[in-house]
Parts: sequence; C-alpha cells; structure tokens
Amino acid sequence: MAQALFAKRRTLSEPQPLGAVLPLGGGAKGLCGVVVQVGGGASGGGLEQAELERRLLEIGFVEGARVEIVHEGMIGRDPIGVRLDDMCVALRRREADAILVRICSKHDLSQEAGA
Amino acid sequence: MTLDSLAVPMDAAQGDGDAALASRKPSDAMLRVALVGNPNCGKTALFNALTGSRQKVANYPGVTVERKSGLAHTPSGAQISVLDLPGTYSLRARSPDEVVTRDVVLGRLAGETPPDVMICVADATNLRLVLRLVLELKQIGRPMVLVLNMFDIAERQGWTINLDRLSRDLGMPVVTTVATRKRGVDQLMTAVQQLGQSIRQAEAWREPTAAEIRTAHSDAERIRKACVKPPARPDTLTGRLDSVLLHPVAGTAILMVLLFFMFQAVFSWAQPLMDLIKAGFDALSNLVNHTLPAGMLESLISDGIISGVGSVLVFVPQIMILFLFIILLEDTGYMPRAAFLMDKIMGGAGLHGRAFIPLLSSFACAIPGIMGARVIDNRRDRLTTILVAPLMTCSARIPVYTLIISAFVPNRSVWGFLSLQGVVMFGLYAAGILSALLVGFVVRKVFWRGTSEPFIMELPAYKLPDWKNVLTGVLIRGKIFVKRAGTVILGMMIVVWFLSTVPGPPPGAVGPAINYSFAGMIGHFLEPALHPIGFNWQIAVALIPGLAAREVAVAALGTVYAVAGSGEAAMGPLAGVLHAHWSLATACSLLAWYVFAPQCASTLGVIKRETNSWTWPVVTFVYMMTLAYAAAFATFHIAQALGG
Repeated sequence: MAQALFAKRRTLSEPQPLGAVLPLGGGAKGLCGVVVQVGGGASGGGLEQAELERRLLEIGFVEGARVEIVHEGMIGRDPIGVRLDDMCVALRRREADAILVRICSKHDLSQEAGA
Repeated sequence: MTLDSLAVPMDAAQGDGDAALASRKPSDAMLRVALVGNPNCGKTALFNALTGSRQKVANYPGVTVERKSGLAHTPSGAQISVLDLPGTYSLRARSPDEVVTRDVVLGRLAGETPPDVMICVADATNLRLVLRLVLELKQIGRPMVLVLNMFDIAERQGWTINLDRLSRDLGMPVVTTVATRKRGVDQLMTAVQQLGQSIRQAEAWREPTAAEIRTAHSDAERIRKACVKPPARPDTLTGRLDSVLLHPVAGTAILMVLLFFMFQAVFSWAQPLMDLIKAGFDALSNLVNHTLPAGMLESLISDGIISGVGSVLVFVPQIMILFLFIILLEDTGYMPRAAFLMDKIMGGAGLHGRAFIPLLSSFACAIPGIMGARVIDNRRDRLTTILVAPLMTCSARIPVYTLIISAFVPNRSVWGFLSLQGVVMFGLYAAGILSALLVGFVVRKVFWRGTSEPFIMELPAYKLPDWKNVLTGVLIRGKIFVKRAGTVILGMMIVVWFLSTVPGPPPGAVGPAINYSFAGMIGHFLEPALHPIGFNWQIAVALIPGLAAREVAVAALGTVYAVAGSGEAAMGPLAGVLHAHWSLATACSLLAWYVFAPQCASTLGVIKRETNSWTWPVVTFVYMMTLAYAAAFATFHIAQALGG
C-alpha cells in the first residue's frame, strides 16, 4: 500500500512527455490529454471493474474525449476536477486510474476541439 | 396513491355535456406525462413552471422516494398530470431514486400508472450526456418530447442549435423553454397533447453493455456535432469561479465561512418573526383564559393545545431560513463543489463525499437526510451515512438549544462582533459534526473494513437561483414541518397535558399539582436513573414526550413548569423559570444529552423504512442512547467540578 502511494507520488511530480500514455489518476493539475482507454486499468473500489467502466462511460469518459485536470483537492491532491470536453467532472484519483490518457499539450487539445 | 385522488374536478369540462363527462372519466381522459432528465438540468424549475402551486409531494408506495406530482394546463384548457422523476444519467439504475425513474418509465412500478408521454428535460448548454439518455429512452418506444431548457442562457452564451435537424435526427419534437420565466411552456404542452394522441406501449428494455454505451455515445456525439455549434468564445465564468471556490485552501475556507454564516443567520435573522409568532400565541392563550370559565377545558385549550402548538410553530422561521440556504446551495450548483471539497475529509471518516449532501440536509432534519442517503449507491456507505445522520444538529434541536442557551448563556458579544449565544450554538453544531465523523470512522474502519463507493460527480455550471423556485421549495418544506407540528406534535401535547394534569391532586394537598399526576409518577420513577447525569424529574417528564420529536420537549417543559408553577412562575418566560430551577451543570448536561440522544421516533421510523429492517433503528437507538448518557454524565460532572 505504502509503496503504491510512493509510486503515485513520483508519477505526480515528474513532468510527462507529450504522447505518453498514463492513468488519469496519476496526473497533476494542468495535465491535458485524450482518453485512449476506459476500464482495464488498475481500479480500486468495491465495484467490479465492468461496473466502474460503465459508470465512467455514462458520465462521459469515452475514448477520444478530451480531458484536462483543472482542480485538485486539499488533502493528498485528491479528488480531482477534470474538464471533460465542455463539462466538468469530479472524481477520486482511484477511479481516475481506470482511465488511460495520451498526454498532449493544451494547444493540441484546442486544435482537436476545432477539428 | 394515484394522481386521481388529488385531481381537482375538471371545471365545466370545456363545454362538454354531461354525457361526454360520464363516458370519459377524468382519470381516462387526463394525459399523464413524466419529466425525465440528468441531474441539474432545471427539471424542478420546469416542473414548477408547469404546475405552479398545484403540486403535491408524497412518497411512492412501499419506498420512500419523494413523489412530486402536479397538474398542468394546455393552452386549450385541458388538464395534464405531471410527474417529476428523480434525475438520472442512465436507465441502468443504481440507487433507489434511479430505480423509481426506470420503473415508472418502463411502467413496472406497481401502483403507478405509466406515463403516456415522456418529457426529457435537457440543459441547453450541456447536451452531451442527455442525448445518450434520450436515445436510451427512445428505445422504450413511448412518445417523447425533448425540452431544451435554459435556452436563454444558451443563446446568451452563443450556442447555435439547429432545432429542426435535432428533431429530425432524434425523431421527436424538440421544444425550447426558459422554465424560470415560463417561456415555451405553452408550446411544450401543445406538443405533449399532440403526442398524447398516439399512445404506444412500452417495449422491452435491458441494461446496455459497456460496448452499447460506447455506441450510443458515438451516436449521440454524431447528432450533437451535426446540430449543435458551441460558442466561439466559451463561457469561462464557472471556470473562473471554480479556480477560487475549488481552491484547496481558499475554497475550503470559503465553505467554512459560508457554513458559519448560515448558522449565525439561522440563529439571529429568525428572531423578530419568532417574537411575533410567540406574541400571537400568548395573546390567543390569554384570550382563552379570559373567555372560558376556569376548569379542565380552559386548561386543555390554553395549556395543552395553544401553548403546545405555539411553542413548536415559533421555530418555523428558523427552519425556513435553513432550508433557504440549503436550496440556494443546491440551485446555484455549489452543493457538488462542497461535496468535492469535503470528500477527502469525509473519506477520512469513512464516509462518501456524496454523504455530505444528505448530512448537510440533516442539519434541517435527519429525515430528509436519511432519505437523501439514497444518492449513495454502495450499501455500506449508505448505512454508515444513515447511522450518523441523526447526530447532525437537526432543526428540532434548535428549540431545545435556544431555550437552554437563552436561559443560561448571557447575551453579549465576543471579539466585538460575534454573539456569545451564537458561538455556543456553533459549538453544539461542531460537537454533532465531530461525533458523526468519529462514529462514521469507527463503523467504517472497525466494523466494515473494505473499499467504498466511487466518487464520480458532475460539477455543473453555476447558475443564478430563481427566487420563485427557491421560495416554492422553502414554502413546501415549511408546510411539511407545520403539518408535522399540527398533527403528531399536537397529539403528543394533549397526551402530555393529560399525563401532567390527571389525576388531580387530592383535596388539601400541598406542592404542585403535577406531583400527583401520571407524568409526575413516571418522572419520579425515572429520576434515579437520570440523577447521575443531573436531570431532575421535570426533565425526565419532558424527555418522554420528547421521544416523539425533540422540539416537543420544549413544549413539554413549558407544560410541566406552567402546570407545576403557580402565579408568577407560570407567567414568566420559560427560560427564566429554567434559570431559577436548574444548575448550570444540569443545563450543560441536557445540552450534551441532546447532541446525542435518539429523541425522535420519526427518525427511527424512517431508518426502519429505508433499511427495511428493525436492526438498524435498534442499533441507532442503542448507540445514540449510550453516547448520550456517557456525554451527559461526563459533562455534568466536569461542569460541577468547575463550579457550575
């Protein structure tokens, strides 16, 4: 448990190269990306993986959606507020770990939005 | 419990003859519509716009989901019954609320006639998720109309929506409304009426798989891209506000200030109104005293009924102010932000961030709070929330706290601007919150170790609240409280009056009459058990009816002391009487008792209903009673040691 936390902390502080794919739950504030996979990541939570996947899909985390971490909680920077296309969703990092994103720059995001 | 029972008779049936009326019963003729939509889409505002004051809040049979129904009128004058269903993102129901929505829509809910037409309500500025819901609802096959609500905001922000194309692609009429200004309501009713002519049966429905949800999303997204053009310069107000309001430090500080302000307001704004109500009831009581001949009847009306109801009704202003705040927080969109800010802290106590909303409602009353816990899907998270909800300081405790505080805490200010009485009140609230967090922690970390419910919540755009909707909501809550005060509490007050008056003292008896009554006997019987925590027999007497509802204890104390006292003592205000009769340690002990004691049968009843088992009300009663006795014991002895 402690090691997992440590690993996460390290992910948080390291700048991520563009194009890298990582779980949304490991991102820091300001991270921009495109969802490449929902479900299948390491997820905690008492729900089965499939249930979490469907919930994330229902709130709008679908492959191809543009995301940006815009808010972080006070304690442990958890939960996070994610701009998801033109809406905003709050979720815990644990749940966000089930979402894989490909990092891109904010500029790319707005380009994709225009396309 | 169907709408028919509350439908007002159709007035003159628009020129139809008696024969026509006889052949078409109103229940057959009246079209039924149901409002469905995502949370925060302005569905309730639209419901209010459609039904005005002709609405009724009840419960679905067998479950405790609030059933809101009302009557709307089409421009041609026909009546339509409207049902407001709980908000949902999907028919794949996960909470009892969403189960109700699904079952009503599918026509599966026993005792509820399925709607003829569905109105799917959407926030015109946030169509992304609702279009998928529309596609899901469409599969059921009932006639449906899509309402783009808050259309004025969408226009102002610069959204371009091709309504004709949207209607064609979705295969259903699309109507734009501004519910808060009743704009578009007539067009909506006309569309509903037209749709109502082609009643179709619901088709089978099953839970979509993840793959089907993805397909539906891309279908919805394709339609959205084709019909909706986002504004060239997106609205950034919500984002800018959130950068402050969701700031880890500033946002949390603002939330705390907001809550503190809320309690100060509840405590001080209501005062003039409360004084007015009190004066009114005193005058009424006096009138009775002067008009009726002295005797049992006069005593029943004046001491039992008027003083009983009066001392409960006097707290209506406080309850309405509290609900004003809660509804404002909900309508502005701040409530989910509060849940975001509180999630980690709540999580530390083993509670879900979403539990913040039911627990905040529990400040008004544990009953809506416990019912509100159904927004939490995980059973253990929900049960934990239900167990701790009665620890939050509900408005029924306010009368007890107010009475004791005004009797024992001097009315002066500290640090120049805070009232000392308000500070004590805040301390009592804080004690409730801390103990709730502590109990939650113990339950979740000791008894039910394991993972909890995911926290996934939309943060909707901020909106200016509509005053009419806010007032409607406040009035409905006030009405529900008054109804309770008028029925349960009045009954209890008459019982208390009877217990404390009958049997009368024997001829030539010395001492107060109540000493000889049933209440006196019960009080004296319980006194030894309550003596270690500093309670006298008068308190013991008041605690018994206080089990029906906490605020009854105030009225009961009033009755006990008004009946027991003679001459001046009965005339003086209750606070003065208490100040004269109780030690400070006793007052503190009673305050501590009231922080914890399960002094509310309705709460236990609602827990029974919500959990569908007697285990949980019993658990709640036992643990709260234990805490109450321990806290009162400790408080009494500490206060005595400190010279109280």
